[in-house]
Amino acid sequence: MARHPRNTGRRRAAAGVLLAAGLAMSACAPAGDDGGTSASGGSSSWPTGAVRVMAPADPGGGWDQTSRAVQEVLGGQLGTSVEVYNVGGAGGTVGIAQFVGNEGDPNELMTMGSIMVGAIETNDSPVTLDQVTPLARLIGEYEVIVAPESSPFQTVDDMVAAMEEDLGGVAIAGGSAGGIEQILAGLMAKEIGADPAAVNYIPHSGGGEALATILSGRVQAGISGINEIIEQIKAGQVRALAVSSPERIEGIDAPTLTEAGLDIELSNWRGMVAAPGIDEADEQAIEDALAEMAQSEEWQQVLADRGWEDQFMAGDEFEQFVGDEQERIRGVLEDLGLVGS
Amino acid sequence: MDGFAELMAGFGAALSPENLLFALIGVVLGTAVGVLPGIGPALTVALLLPLTFKLEATSSLIMFAGIYYGGMYGGSTTSILLNTPGESASIISALEGNKMARAGRGAAALATAAIGSFVAGTIATVGLSFVAPFMVDVALSFGPPEYFALMIVAFTTVAAVLGSSVLRGLVGLVIGVTVGLVGIDVQSGQARLTLGVPQLLDGVDVVIVVVGLFAIGEAIAVLSSGERRSTVTPVKGSRWLSRVDLRRSWRPWLRGTALGFPIGALPAGGAEIPTFLSYSAEKRLTKHPEEFGHGAIEGVAGPEAANNASAAGVLVPLLALGLPTSATAAVILAGFQNYGIQPGPLLFSSNDALVWTLIASLYIGNVLLLVLNLPLVGIWVRLLQIPPYYLYAGIAVFATLGTYAIGGSTVDLFILYVIGALGFLLRLTDVPVAPAVVGLILGPLAEEQLRRSLAISQGDLGVLVSTPLCIGLYVVAAAAVLLPPVARLVASRRAARAA
Repeated sequence: MARHPRNTGRRRAAAGVLLAAGLAMSACAPAGDDGGTSASGGSSSWPTGAVRVMAPADPGGGWDQTSRAVQEVLGGQLGTSVEVYNVGGAGGTVGIAQFVGNEGDPNELMTMGSIMVGAIETNDSPVTLDQVTPLARLIGEYEVIVAPESSPFQTVDDMVAAMEEDLGGVAIAGGSAGGIEQILAGLMAKEIGADPAAVNYIPHSGGGEALATILSGRVQAGISGINEIIEQIKAGQVRALAVSSPERIEGIDAPTLTEAGLDIELSNWRGMVAAPGIDEADEQAIEDALAEMAQSEEWQQVLADRGWEDQFMAGDEFEQFVGDEQERIRGVLEDLGLVGS
Repeated sequence: MDGFAELMAGFGAALSPENLLFALIGVVLGTAVGVLPGIGPALTVALLLPLTFKLEATSSLIMFAGIYYGGMYGGSTTSILLNTPGESASIISALEGNKMARAGRGAAALATAAIGSFVAGTIATVGLSFVAPFMVDVALSFGPPEYFALMIVAFTTVAAVLGSSVLRGLVGLVIGVTVGLVGIDVQSGQARLTLGVPQLLDGVDVVIVVVGLFAIGEAIAVLSSGERRSTVTPVKGSRWLSRVDLRRSWRPWLRGTALGFPIGALPAGGAEIPTFLSYSAEKRLTKHPEEFGHGAIEGVAGPEAANNASAAGVLVPLLALGLPTSATAAVILAGFQNYGIQPGPLLFSSNDALVWTLIASLYIGNVLLLVLNLPLVGIWVRLLQIPPYYLYAGIAVFATLGTYAIGGSTVDLFILYVIGALGFLLRLTDVPVAPAVVGLILGPLAEEQLRRSLAISQGDLGVLVSTPLCIGLYVVAAAAVLLPPVARLVASRRAARAA
């Protein structure tokens, strides 16, 4: 570990001690405190037991990692146990369908994000985000448009010019059909007045697979979450052409899309929701707990370690945001021809 | 040899008592979960991921790698002894291995699997240590057209596993391809053959199909036969490899390694394809073709070596590109990220001490696994003396638990038993199961890469033969299909002339 830039090992150990202390404290708390206030609407004694967080995806992915980070930090903060379980499948639509069965139980939470918004539309899911209780947006990751070393594109202007000339001739590799990368490709086409459905987008089942195609140089461009490709950008295997964030990203020598004349901002955000029909006081208590977590030093360290952006937003503001995202993403998916209008 | 000095430093760190302990825990856990059908190394590492918040990076990554390697060793045990592979990479070992076990040669089959895994794992780890950058360059020259050509080569394996009846073999293949098509089509995002069931949108998990076809299918078949005593010939002869066995095993081990490591290192290579290729290569090269299908040791030695070599190969894109190419690798990547370490082209310079310690621990893990597994052979073969109705009832329980553990979904259990019933039906009608598995794994991959190639070229078929690598792979495929009948023809002519 000598050359490791941060002494993570020691810091983790310290966090472990903190958590152990938290668990010890919770063990001392009076037993049988299972609240019973959920119907009263007055004060909240949340959490009334172990908190369960559903990661609606298989282990290893973004939702899983976010859930486990919450488990670690929120568990220490609340002094109760926080359990994470995975219900993978179909962009989270399998998970949300199961999750709504927890109606009225404030101890059941679920991680979700922009990908679920899109998957609910493309999979024509019978259960939607309107049926759960939005709590807070926690983090976001921006996208980057890249060109393989062998690609003729040096700047995003080169790419736009080529797309204007021959849209089909610019093959763009990215993640799943209807996912955040294809949405970004569609938004780009729209900005330059082309038909989003005619973009030659080459979907892959995951960012890693897309990365392999991008590095093989068979496509002229690729779109990826920044974290998934930052090492290749640093090593010069791909050129970053533009980022989808409002401000430039430190360590990436590329303009924002807005600077490049394309009015697009897109974040792959992740947040948390609670079960339907929970008490308002409980909802407020959970949001307060998440807000406290988001400001904690441990959480900020997790974000720094993972390269996640802090995009905390809660309450009515988040509810409004989810509504807007649903509308925006549905619109793009209709343009892409992936969802019937 | 800068790398050599760093590797030695890595050994220094990996041989600390603490790290040795974590390697040991990892390989024991890995062997255990590899043996149990359905519970694989990916799930185990995922369950242990929260440990990354408490343990030092080196220790937990050494343990995860131990679980990964251990799972590859353990997977062959039930496959060989009970014809119930717990994961897709050890299916091929069941073909010959189980025949050997039934003929009282289970110990030799397990021993050649264990030693072959050690040889392949060690050679492949040497490859990982010294030629990883070169392998990455090779791997990156594979685009969709090259992958499609590779799939065509792999499809020629079907000929080797068809069984006695071509028609029945093709029925098996079609069933496999059909099950493989279930789910959202990656290219169009549209659902296929999902019957409106949301749990089918991501397709049927290959592990569930394998456990269903083999473990559940076998259990139903054994129980329905009403056999109350074990039909397996008791183990005879030496528990270890005889000199003849060794002489017949070492070449397949090396060939399996040569196939497994590079294909495992391909971003879309995986562990199954090299085992398919190794089996068909051994079947074509053997001096004992009459034994294939009745328990040929080459058919165990080669695929098992290929399986373990590919496990080390998978670590090449994981460490050097940050690209996880198997479920377990994806979870291990999450483990790295929990420490704020991003595997990729810069990992070897930014975290060299960690990487070399991890690689050194792989050598150590391989030795531990050999020491652990060889004595276990004697215990495992005793499993065969358990009356079949107890044994297979136990297998059905573990298969069910393991499947439930994958996704916590009762729909998965339903699918498991439907596929188990299908497996039983195939056994009743003498349709071989192996082509179904080949079709299940290769069918969707081949389709995806073909359509991706054609999308990039906007429909121009020329893209498929646009590089020397593609053309070379098609030549190999053509040779694999055409050479055996031509050779037979030549041989029979010669025999006729001589007579």
